[in-house]
Amino acid sequence: MSDRPEKFIDENGLRLDGRKLDQIRDVKIEVGVLARADGSCYLEFGKNKVIAAVYGPREVHPRHQQKSTRAIVRYKYNMASFSVEDRKRPGPDRRSTEVSKVSREALEDQVFTEYFPKSAIDIFVEVLQADAGTRTAALNAASVALADAGIPMRGLVSACAFGKVDDTLVVDLNKDEDNYGQADVPIAMTPDGKITLLQMDGHLTPEELKTGLEMAQEGCRQVYEVQRQALMDHYAKMQDETKAPSVEEVVIAEENEVSEDVSTPPEEMKEKVVDESGEEEPEVEKALPEEEDEETVEEPDTEEDDSYE
Amino acid sequence: MNNHVVSIIQKDQLIRLMLKGERLDGRKPEETREISIETGIIDKAEGSARVEIGDTKIVAGVKIQPGTPFPDTPDVGVIITSMELIPLASPEFESGPPRENAIELARVTDRGVRESGAIDLKKLCIKEGEQVWMVFIDIHVLDDGGNIMDAASLGAIAALMTAKIPGERYGIGEDMPLPMRDIPVSVTAVDIGGGIVFDPSMEEERVADCKLTVISNQEGAIAGMQKSGNGSLTVDQINHIVEVSCKKAQEIREKFLEI
Repeated sequence: MSDRPEKFIDENGLRLDGRKLDQIRDVKIEVGVLARADGSCYLEFGKNKVIAAVYGPREVHPRHQQKSTRAIVRYKYNMASFSVEDRKRPGPDRRSTEVSKVSREALEDQVFTEYFPKSAIDIFVEVLQADAGTRTAALNAASVALADAGIPMRGLVSACAFGKVDDTLVVDLNKDEDNYGQADVPIAMTPDGKITLLQMDGHLTPEELKTGLEMAQEGCRQVYEVQRQALMDHYAKMQDETKAPSVEEVVIAEENEVSEDVSTPPEEMKEKVVDESGEEEPEVEKALPEEEDEETVEEPDTEEDDSYE
Repeated sequence: MNNHVVSIIQKDQLIRLMLKGERLDGRKPEETREISIETGIIDKAEGSARVEIGDTKIVAGVKIQPGTPFPDTPDVGVIITSMELIPLASPEFESGPPRENAIELARVTDRGVRESGAIDLKKLCIKEGEQVWMVFIDIHVLDDGGNIMDAASLGAIAALMTAKIPGERYGIGEDMPLPMRDIPVSVTAVDIGGGIVFDPSMEEERVADCKLTVISNQEGAIAGMQKSGNGSLTVDQINHIVEVSCKKAQEIREKFLEI
């Protein structure tokens, strides 16, 4: 505990890790990394590594939790025992229970739960490596995983913290700044700027809070762009890989099939193809590109990246 | 918060009143209920307080005993805060281990005490790495009339301010008061249909979209915050709540908690 840095900000106004005061750590997002889950996301936020899975809408167990007018949303934040320096005792504790609660509350209103009465939407986030700001990293991943699961949402939720070190406001605290800093304020935000998660501990004047919120909101906006881009890239790539045929192609194929092979009824064929391509359309991001993205074609299959296994 | 069965009529009524700037119990949006604090009510505890805010009643007890420090902080004392929402207090509460609501309330109360530096934890060190004073704050809710959060936080700090370290009983020096440095006070507001009301009653808490607790210290700075509940808040709403909460906290401190 005596490793407290003497100074958090150098004479050039840069932080210990070389970042500017208002610069967030690099965010890297991969969409659809788990085959079993309905939606999933692997995310790195600086040295944080988290993986999120979404299951549902599905049947509610235990049944008594079911709501007749809407879906329930459940969120489980869990830290791997090896994710921190001193081994964490596995299983839920008071901290993860609280983090799960506020994170769920940050997301729930963004989901159109009224579309899925009597069902459950389960979100599981596993922290594989922790390095300050795991709850914001987890929320960012969960939000993308929800979109990947095709669950209709009002908007993506993006999260980012701000804090105070050496009496200076900084955005997205790193480990030292978190441990020895004067304040830590994680927030989550919708694309239209509403705050859905806000926690704070430390010491801040009301004026510092005002400025800090603006800084963190800008951070959230940057995270949002990465989330959006990751989703767009993923679906552009999927569309390309599966080469989903256009309606014209289906009609032509159908005509050919009829003349060559009468064993498959053409009506059924048509339905099947339309169904499949329909599933691949993400329901959240309306602006997902129809055009092909050349870059993504050459990228290796994301599922073979072993960094999160 | 929304998982209770609330009559839609009542929610409607509260929102309609809200639009006129009125509340069910006749308070103004920023008006808090009457508070009463009584300390030293449990002789066996090192510190205790009974707090009432309107209908809400809680009892906070502080026990202090020697124990081993955490390995990463060998020279500071330990604070452990727990809260029980016992079935006696509300038909909504069930017995059993604390669930997320109780855990959240306890952790926010704990943060208020800890992060404001209200207790000088270094002075609780008896022998570095071996023995420190451990301060247990336990909060029992007796009647949930809404806004347990502020009552709990107030109870904790009132009990701590009157607590004595039982040095003689354990043969570790003399009895002495807890080394207090600050008096954090929590003030909570809820958003009901876009309108902000402070110190929510049980009915208001149930229909509220979300809740923001602001814990501020003696110098008017913020020591802790927690947003709770599904809804969202705009930055303007947050700044408004912070401003009013700090002011209210100062009033409460002057009236009840001056050393």
